[in-house]
Amino acid sequence: MDLRLDDIRLVYPDGEGTLTAVDGVSLRVPSGTTTALLGPSGAGKSSLLAVAAGLTRPSEGQVRIGGEVVLTPTTSDPDATRLRLDRIGLVFQQPQLIGSLTALEQLELQAHLRGKRRSTVRAHALELLDAVGLGEQAHKRPATLSGGQRQRVAIARALVGSPDVLLVDEPTSALDQERGTQVVELLTRLGRELDAAVLLVSHDAGTLGSVDDTAQMIDGALSNCRSGH
Amino acid sequence: MFVALRDLRHARGRFALVTTVVVMVALLVTFLSMLTAGLARASTSAITDLPVDHLAFTTSEEGADPDVTSSRVTETEWEAWAKEPGVSAADPLGIVTTRATAETTTAVTTFGVDPGSALAPAGLADGEVVLTAGAADDLGIDVGGELILDGEAFQVSALAEEDLEYSHTPVVWMSLADWQAIGARGVADDGSVATVVALTTDGSVDLAAADAAIGTTTVSTHDARAAVSSFTAENTSLTTMQGFLMAISALVVGAFFTVWTIGRQGDIAVLKALGAPTGYLLLDAVGQAALLLVGGVAVGTGIAAGAATLLGGALPVLVSPATTLVPAAALVVLGLLGAGAAVMRITRTDPHAALASR
Ligand SMILES: Nc1ncnc2c1ncn2[C@@H]1O[C@H](COP(=O)(O)OP(=O)(O)OP(=O)(O)O)[C@@H](O)[C@H]1O
Ligand SMILES: [Mg+2]
Repeated sequence: MDLRLDDIRLVYPDGEGTLTAVDGVSLRVPSGTTTALLGPSGAGKSSLLAVAAGLTRPSEGQVRIGGEVVLTPTTSDPDATRLRLDRIGLVFQQPQLIGSLTALEQLELQAHLRGKRRSTVRAHALELLDAVGLGEQAHKRPATLSGGQRQRVAIARALVGSPDVLLVDEPTSALDQERGTQVVELLTRLGRELDAAVLLVSHDAGTLGSVDDTAQMIDGALSNCRSGH
Repeated sequence: MFVALRDLRHARGRFALVTTVVVMVALLVTFLSMLTAGLARASTSAITDLPVDHLAFTTSEEGADPDVTSSRVTETEWEAWAKEPGVSAADPLGIVTTRATAETTTAVTTFGVDPGSALAPAGLADGEVVLTAGAADDLGIDVGGELILDGEAFQVSALAEEDLEYSHTPVVWMSLADWQAIGARGVADDGSVATVVALTTDGSVDLAAADAAIGTTTVSTHDARAAVSSFTAENTSLTTMQGFLMAISALVVGAFFTVWTIGRQGDIAVLKALGAPTGYLLLDAVGQAALLLVGGVAVGTGIAAGAATLLGGALPVLVSPATTLVPAAALVVLGLLGAGAAVMRITRTDPHAALASR
């Protein structure tokens, strides 16, 4: 299902005045494709992603998934939490794994939060860990995985609930260019295979060879140079 | 408790440490509670187990708390009490602690009673005494033997079934006439004297009005424990210690979970960002605390109760649900309050923080 951002504005209180972090952004990410969001530091990329994920409510505008309006300025926290659980996968700049859980359990947690038995997702979780190249590491805890391996566990975790939308914030900033490129390729491929709309924030244009589309953000707005592949 | 259980296992060193504290506090609180009850029995069982429901005292000043040592009632008073509607029996009871000598000498408390009254043990007559088995043991005497109380000789006519004690001394029953004769509280010009009037009432009696008319202060046999000076001193200090220990335990558990929850802020933000509802996270955390508390308290209370049962007579402890399960439950509830207050900060964690690097 497509992800659509309609005329999103996000204003932060800033001392006496306000700061417009996102200024009227509209964007469509078709399902099964990956769009990379580029731009200088402070352009508002993470802010836009936070709005799309329901971590922050937009000051104006709305977020739609498959045509259905899922987030507006007045959406409640529990509704946004439920939306993330059911329909959105998130990958953060840092892997943000839970230290006490094995790689497999990081994935099973998703099913547990949805009220499903862990055993019902075990096969799928192992498949996904295999797909990110960690089939052998399923029973390791984060402390015994490398940075790149952790980030791949985080990607598998974001996808285990078969979300409609996958939102990714600078997944490669902790990795070298080669591994970064591999991670973006992995995201693009899995997004296509699982038919998810992937929006991926990145600093690093050099890693984005595999994405379907890029958008450039400057000063809270999209600049008009969009390039389709 | 998907995450809570794994966190417990993962950070088992830290949890073991705080659980050990809970075990030790539970052990101490349970032991104190059993000791408090045990000492209370040794101080007052002869009063609380009297086959009556109320005791009427006289006090030196009006409004003062009743006190066995200073109370002194006369025949006028127990006869007046006997006439009160709703009072089915009003019997004089003399209480005084004195020296008793047979094979050995020991302190005993003499209970002077009318041989015919409900207060008197079977087989009591003038010139005779009835001993508790404990007293007989201490004195090296048995039925038929001779006991010297204040220079007067009495024959032991029977042993009482129960080992009742008063102010940590065994009880010796004798007739009120003999009790007065050994100079316990003298004889008044206006007739016979005793220490208190033991009342059997049916609930319809207006105690306050009768007290005002007769000039006595009447309390239930349970409340009369406070009139035994050894009981009040022990009970207050031991109960205060228990209260402090419980408060300390709640604070320690609260402090531990405060630090623990602050350390988990990152995880909590991530869990919320992944779609975990706040209510779920709170339950998870409280469940973890409950597990730790119930486990620690069960072990501590178990050890204390087990040791007390094994040591048996060596210590004045009373093992009962009231002295073990009740303090255990209080420790768990207080600990949960402390932990609950600590984990409430979960509600304030912003999932947005998961986007920031850490
Ligand atoms: N919680 C907040 N409160 C106030 N202002 C904020 C907050 N978060 C971000 N901002 C501001 O909003 C603007 C956009 O920030 P944002 O983090 O979205 O940029 P970014 O494009 O992700 O930058 P980077 O590439 O450095 O991650 C910045 O000026 C930032 O200072
Ligand atoms: Mg950013």
